[in-house]
Amino acid sequence: MSMTPARRAALEEALLPPIVALALVLVAGDVLILTYGEAPGAVWRLMLEGTWGNAYGVGQVLYKATTLACTGLAVAVALRAGLFNIGAEGQLAAGGFGAAFAGLALPTGTPSIIGIVICIAAAMLFGGAAGAVPGVLRAKFGAHEVIVTIMMNFIVLALLNYVIAAKLHVPETLHTPAIHTGSIARIGDSIGAFHGSAVNWSVVVVSAAVAAVSWYLFRTRGGFELRAVGLQPGAAEYGGVNVSRTWMRALALSGAIAGLGGVNFVLGYKGYYEDGFAGGAGFLGIAVALVGRNHPLGVVVAALFFATLSQGGLAINAMVPKQIVEVLQGLVILAVAASVPEVRRLVLKAAGTRRAAPVSPKPMSGSDAEAPR
Amino acid sequence: MTLLLFLAQTIRIAIPYLFAAAGGALAERAGIVSLSLEGFMLGGAFGAVIGAYYTGSAWIGVVAGLFAGLLLAGLHAVCTLRLKADQIVTGVAINLFTVGITRFLLQLAFDSSSNSPRVAGFGGDNIGGALALVSNPLVWLGLATMPALAFVVYRTTFGLRVRAVGEHPLAAASLGVPVNRVRWVAVLGSGALAALGGTYLALDQHQFTDSMTAGRGFIALAAVIFGRWDPVRAGLACLLFAGAETLQIRLQAAQLIPSQFVAMIPYVLTIVAVAGVVGRSVPPAALGRTTD
Repeated sequence: MSMTPARRAALEEALLPPIVALALVLVAGDVLILTYGEAPGAVWRLMLEGTWGNAYGVGQVLYKATTLACTGLAVAVALRAGLFNIGAEGQLAAGGFGAAFAGLALPTGTPSIIGIVICIAAAMLFGGAAGAVPGVLRAKFGAHEVIVTIMMNFIVLALLNYVIAAKLHVPETLHTPAIHTGSIARIGDSIGAFHGSAVNWSVVVVSAAVAAVSWYLFRTRGGFELRAVGLQPGAAEYGGVNVSRTWMRALALSGAIAGLGGVNFVLGYKGYYEDGFAGGAGFLGIAVALVGRNHPLGVVVAALFFATLSQGGLAINAMVPKQIVEVLQGLVILAVAASVPEVRRLVLKAAGTRRAAPVSPKPMSGSDAEAPR
Repeated sequence: MTLLLFLAQTIRIAIPYLFAAAGGALAERAGIVSLSLEGFMLGGAFGAVIGAYYTGSAWIGVVAGLFAGLLLAGLHAVCTLRLKADQIVTGVAINLFTVGITRFLLQLAFDSSSNSPRVAGFGGDNIGGALALVSNPLVWLGLATMPALAFVVYRTTFGLRVRAVGEHPLAAASLGVPVNRVRWVAVLGSGALAALGGTYLALDQHQFTDSMTAGRGFIALAAVIFGRWDPVRAGLACLLFAGAETLQIRLQAAQLIPSQFVAMIPYVLTIVAVAGVVGRSVPPAALGRTTD
């Protein structure tokens, strides 16, 4: 396969860290499994059989990956603009609540396609609003988005907890009543093999969103400006880009994408909003973006990987504690984060000796871009 | 008497915040983002319970808690300082990792997914309230931490170096300050301090429960930012946040304000502080950047 050295270097830079991480998962997983006194081979086999080995497992993986693709893409879009969105957890919850709120507010007889569209729009609106707050504070007051998005998580979750506990819950539970309209059918209803698994047609909606974001980032002027601001805000400003407005737009868009993830649970799975449904998927989105190297396609692959791990944990729970996968997820993030700079250094060095153009660095965070090397 | 009870309860709630916020202030002043305080605390809590359970001694629990905190902080330092991993990502990963590994080890050691058996703590079982507080050496240590940290940061050579590498690492390096070594010490120190907060929590409750730190590390981080990265102000912020919580608990029966709104106070105040509405909160200049 012929490839320019620069392309090859970029590809190596993108693929090597996940490979390092995968190797580490296998080794660390073996150690944990042996600690528990089980045979690693049997456990890994069980994990594969319980995920990709049958239609139910595939459905569960796809269901989990749908949410993770949204939170991962949300983090990735913000990072493309040089901003770190750690608030996907709260934005995801806000989006789920928005979907349920619209589904409860609409009259019972609403045609389902209209109901679905309005509920999805409400999810993106609520998530986008939660993302716009740090965007505005960053653009207008220079408040660091990392701090604001962290704090916003707790504020949003506490607010939603209050609304549910005090106003909107079914007695004895922490979830809303069932929505009147807006439900998205499970795939198992029309394709028998998936029967029983949570995967639903949201996966198509989210896939379309991934394609749309990809098109926006790489084929439109707004996306170009967003990426330019992420690479060099000073140069972008000099080139006529309104940096502040781009930051606001990026964080609002990021929040809206994270909010879209709430559709999967609320409209597609349960039919109501439940307190705490996000359950860490927002934080895992950071890992998904990191492993997916902030590229929409990479994000999808990484979401499938993390979803496989998390569904795999349930599959192996009979032999070893499912918490093993939580340890592994943490280690994957550490391994990728730690190997990215080293790989980049080695690839750049190799690319240099091949007399190629340097690989464009993709900054993980805004401040990192200015870091003295 | 009510005032005394209020004060006692405020201090009891504030101690974990004070330890963790001291750790956060130390690391952030050296330029290292402290998103992993939560993980260090949780690791410290688990280590303390393991130590106290197998030896029956609360003091060995403290040592084991410190050891766990140092291990996690070492992992953080290797990733961020040696391998130059992104500090924010590393912090988030440490938190996820710690939740997972403590759950796994809880299962392995005690065959439970929720909590450990009861372990020894400080003070006898038959004393309660304010007396239990004054008989707990960790309370005194916790109260002394912030003034001690302020002294170290502002009055010692090491403190000057910490501030230098946090504000302008290149200038510090050109003056012969070993930037990475100072940051290593700061990160390990922050792990040890935050772990003490977790240790206090676990020994006070006489057991480890799954994810028992419940966001306290982030409240401590909020206190550091709200206190403008100054140890004394951060300590006062911890007391303020703890006081609000106490007030909420005391007023719960009256139902004046929903508890969720009181829980939001630290986070809202922190956002207000960084947005600069009332006196801008400005971080150390080199926060989050890693230097060679």
